[in-house]
Amino acid sequence: MAQKVAITGNEAVALAMKQINPDVVAAYPITPQTEIVQIFSTYVSNGLVDTEFVTVESEHSAMSASVGAAAAGARAMTATSANGLALMWEVVYIAASNRLPIVMPVVNRALSGPINIHCDHSDAMGARDSGWIQLWSENTQEAYDNMIQAVRIAEHPQVQLPVMVCLDGFIISHAMENAEVLPDEVVREFIGEYVPQKTLLDKEHPVTAGPLAFTDSYFEFKRAQAEAMLQAKPHILEVAREFAKISGRQYGLFEAYKLEDAEIGIVVLGSTAGTAKNVVDKLRAQGVKAGLLKLRVFRPFPAEELAAALGHLKALAVMDRADSFNAFSGPLYAETAAAMYDSGAQTKMVNYIYGLGGRDVGLDDIEKVYGHLARIAESGKVDQRLNYLGVRE
Amino acid sequence: MTAKGWRDTVPGGWIKEAGNALEYKTGNWRSIGPVFIPENCINCLFCWAFCPDDAIMVKDGKMVGVNYDYCKGCGICARECPAKNKALVMGEEG
Repeated sequence: MAQKVAITGNEAVALAMKQINPDVVAAYPITPQTEIVQIFSTYVSNGLVDTEFVTVESEHSAMSASVGAAAAGARAMTATSANGLALMWEVVYIAASNRLPIVMPVVNRALSGPINIHCDHSDAMGARDSGWIQLWSENTQEAYDNMIQAVRIAEHPQVQLPVMVCLDGFIISHAMENAEVLPDEVVREFIGEYVPQKTLLDKEHPVTAGPLAFTDSYFEFKRAQAEAMLQAKPHILEVAREFAKISGRQYGLFEAYKLEDAEIGIVVLGSTAGTAKNVVDKLRAQGVKAGLLKLRVFRPFPAEELAAALGHLKALAVMDRADSFNAFSGPLYAETAAAMYDSGAQTKMVNYIYGLGGRDVGLDDIEKVYGHLARIAESGKVDQRLNYLGVRE
Repeated sequence: MTAKGWRDTVPGGWIKEAGNALEYKTGNWRSIGPVFIPENCINCLFCWAFCPDDAIMVKDGKMVGVNYDYCKGCGICARECPAKNKALVMGEEG
């Protein structure tokens, strides 16, 4: 029987890792992720998992050890945040290009500088082109559920890509919420025994991992890597359907909230979706046709599905908790706008950069965005594409 | 190297066959290379021992020449050749 517990995001992720019982976890502490591996290390010390726990000297080594373990055929995991992810950088790309199914919770935190430990999405957004699948979580429950699904997605024979499970630093990682956790044996049965597609430890079938590929072959390997991402969507949905059978919770590429008959809407990632749903409810009670789309799968980017779900809107705001500093827009806006343009949608679009460095986003802030959208829907004109929400002028 | 299309690549570029470095001809990295002068050779096989690749050809315990498919032109063999009149000298024809 599933059990309802009061649990923080970090505790839930650590619990998921305990239930997954990975062969190797290599990690280095960084706020706000530290608790995950700290809690997990107690599971190791108390003999509750069989994991080889490697306390490395940096995140670069954490990802390197994870790559080595995964190449050896182990179910490998690490966890990080912000500057830790930045320090992993080159190996993050190597994990994906070597097609190693590593699972890594990323507890989203602002990248320096100025130095800041609080939530925004600049860390994971920076890694958006690294070739990792990215699952985003609205709350503790989703972080837990995404962790368990991530293992199956990463290890799917047709996918074989590493997966980041993103959860908002402090807002999710340190806040206690009600969540339903599955029994250990249900999780273990769901993820199954890991049968690696390849291993460095099979001396009967020696292989070389991570070789050189120059002008005559690099491009072909990258094209094949791109194909894995292009083909990943149905497998992510297949795992979600199976997960629904054990949990009763249905996941998709995104969640559409009161969107079907909406005239104005926002696209948002992570915990802000929870706040925004309250605003949608309030506006609906006032007769405003407001809706919301919470993206769960950012990589692969579900361009066609997004455009199909949003194309009927008169006005749409894309919320970015990270700036691209490209003098144009945040990353989620740019990709959503591209998807909408390709679909031929006539929706007027604006971008809101918000919540950088943990700046709180309240109901009033979100309401302002919908107010802006209502004006755009009425006039049919976009006055200002790029907007910063909640910054002092 | 066989010119495979991307669909025929092994995921992640893993190499499944052992010892296939032989298929990778690195000789075209060479700008100058060792020229073998058989009459100076004392068959000590220092060149064979020192060659960091697989470019010194030996038959019946005797040095017989340089395999230019693999010789990158590092010059170690010519430097280590102990013969009074060197049996390996670096040159553009090598």
